[in-house]
Amino acid sequence: MSSKGVSLSLRQVASKIVVYLMLGFGSIVILLPLQWMISTSLKPLSHVFRFPPEFFPQKIVWSNYPDALTQLPFDLYFRNTVIIVIFCLLGEVIVSSIVAYAFSRLRWRGRNALFIVALATMMLPRQVTLIPEFIIFKELNMIDTFWPLILPSWFGNPFYIFLLRQYFLTHSRELDQAAVIDGCSRFGVFWRITLPMSKPVLAAVAIFSFQFHWNDFFRPLIFLFSEENYTLALGLRFFQGTYGTEWNSLMAVSLVVMLPLIIVFFFAQKHFIQGVVFTGYK
Amino acid sequence: MSLAQFVKNQSGLSGINVGYKRGETVLAWAMVSPWIAGFLLLTAFPMIASLALSFFKWDILSPPKWVGLANYVKLFSVDPLPMHALKITVLFSLASIPLNIVFGLAIAMLLNTNIRGLSVFRTIYYLPAILSGVAVAILWQWIFSSDFGLLNTALRVFGVEGPAWLGSKVWVLPAFVIMRLWSVGGGMVIYLAGLQAIPTDLYEAAEIDGANWWQRVFRITLPMLSPTIFFQLITGVIFTMQIFTETFIMTDGGPANSSLFYLLYLYRQAFQNFKMGYASALAWVFFVAILLLTLILFASARFWVYYEAESDEDN
Repeated sequence: MSSKGVSLSLRQVASKIVVYLMLGFGSIVILLPLQWMISTSLKPLSHVFRFPPEFFPQKIVWSNYPDALTQLPFDLYFRNTVIIVIFCLLGEVIVSSIVAYAFSRLRWRGRNALFIVALATMMLPRQVTLIPEFIIFKELNMIDTFWPLILPSWFGNPFYIFLLRQYFLTHSRELDQAAVIDGCSRFGVFWRITLPMSKPVLAAVAIFSFQFHWNDFFRPLIFLFSEENYTLALGLRFFQGTYGTEWNSLMAVSLVVMLPLIIVFFFAQKHFIQGVVFTGYK
Repeated sequence: MSLAQFVKNQSGLSGINVGYKRGETVLAWAMVSPWIAGFLLLTAFPMIASLALSFFKWDILSPPKWVGLANYVKLFSVDPLPMHALKITVLFSLASIPLNIVFGLAIAMLLNTNIRGLSVFRTIYYLPAILSGVAVAILWQWIFSSDFGLLNTALRVFGVEGPAWLGSKVWVLPAFVIMRLWSVGGGMVIYLAGLQAIPTDLYEAAEIDGANWWQRVFRITLPMLSPTIFFQLITGVIFTMQIFTETFIMTDGGPANSSLFYLLYLYRQAFQNFKMGYASALAWVFFVAILLLTLILFASARFWVYYEAESDEDN
């Protein structure tokens, strides 16, 4: 009896060790590309093409960063990106939550049918609508401005509407009714009760929106032409076209472009993960 | 399972609406009106317009010219590239999506074994999933560099001389699959939440009945997670088929068109050659292809996706 207990716990310890080894190895594999990126960004160009390659730079050149970042007006690209991201984020959070409220807390004819239409558009590849959309913005003389990137965000994003609606549905209806009896308007309920109770999901939507528009390349590529309107993604692409094999500079600039996302991730990690869980698992 | 059923399951719709109030209805329509306007202006109208455009020849500068089905004939039988692009896009998706699901599940199951440092591991695995776009593409282009890149350097440690990856017609697609595996943490987080929600008494009961590890995985864990996996599969198809930035930055479709994913070809026709009619036909064929794949998955769902009878708890 006792010998069986000991062997069992030995087996458990062994399997624990295997689990930790596998997770540790996986973590190294996951982190190695980032380590490689940092290490390359600090090497002098002559060391970048040394064979066999060094995992850690033997000579650290901090000036790679200022040198690379002043080759192109990255401060301008940064400013453009921040403007676009902020206005997209505001639009998506505000409008999507207004729409989601009507789809979840109000009762009206046609609600479910319209919501199914909204869900169906979530599955639509946006490229089907892209060419006419391009022509619409061209007719409005908005090509090569930020409008084609920002305006669509102010019509509500079906994915965020879906997320917010699912969350709003979990609130109790009695609370709304009590507020209405106390003389609060329906819109007042939305503004004073539903929104303050929904901070986690609002944070998740804001983070997704930030992440998507910060990384977005396809739409800026199609709608922006002048260099002074470039976003960071377009500027990075332009930089790559000009300094194609200067990997130390390329890694330095790419890392700087990623950095805001990584910083936000470390500060708002809980909301990131919670948000992803909202999306996939409801 | 039908699409309507799926929508119902995912959304928790139920038919309990009785007695609409007039004021509430007016407010509701006012509140959804931005989405309705967007739907009409930026979805419904452009979809019809692009379908109509696909029967024209149009370079934006001169007036459109009616060509009937010529764009579709060209797409399917004259120009070899669209079907080639569709083929490699589907091949890439068939490799990438299942691998991401399997690895995502495996890591989630390892993390779900009462280990210490769960949140540290979760942070590490999830980190690459927040990064995407041009910067990531440039990083991986460097990693895949045949002589000085990280991957072949790492392989040399094990005595393997790696291929030229992005320069090789054979290895370029596997390279893209490997790159996408880096962001496996996005799915992993979702599976982990799903695993944590499975009631432990199911496992305890199975253990009492003498079920071994494999039986518990295949009889409890996977069926309980199947709706989550199904949702990941559907969104995975839509997301993976739309691969664009990576190929645009890393290979520009090469070598010899072996990474010419469908959207890259569509982009070239529309925004480099300004063949708006032809590109609209390409877009519609792409849309129908994704729709067909999605419908096949929905049809398959009734054989393997397990829904609990009571899933409308959130109303």
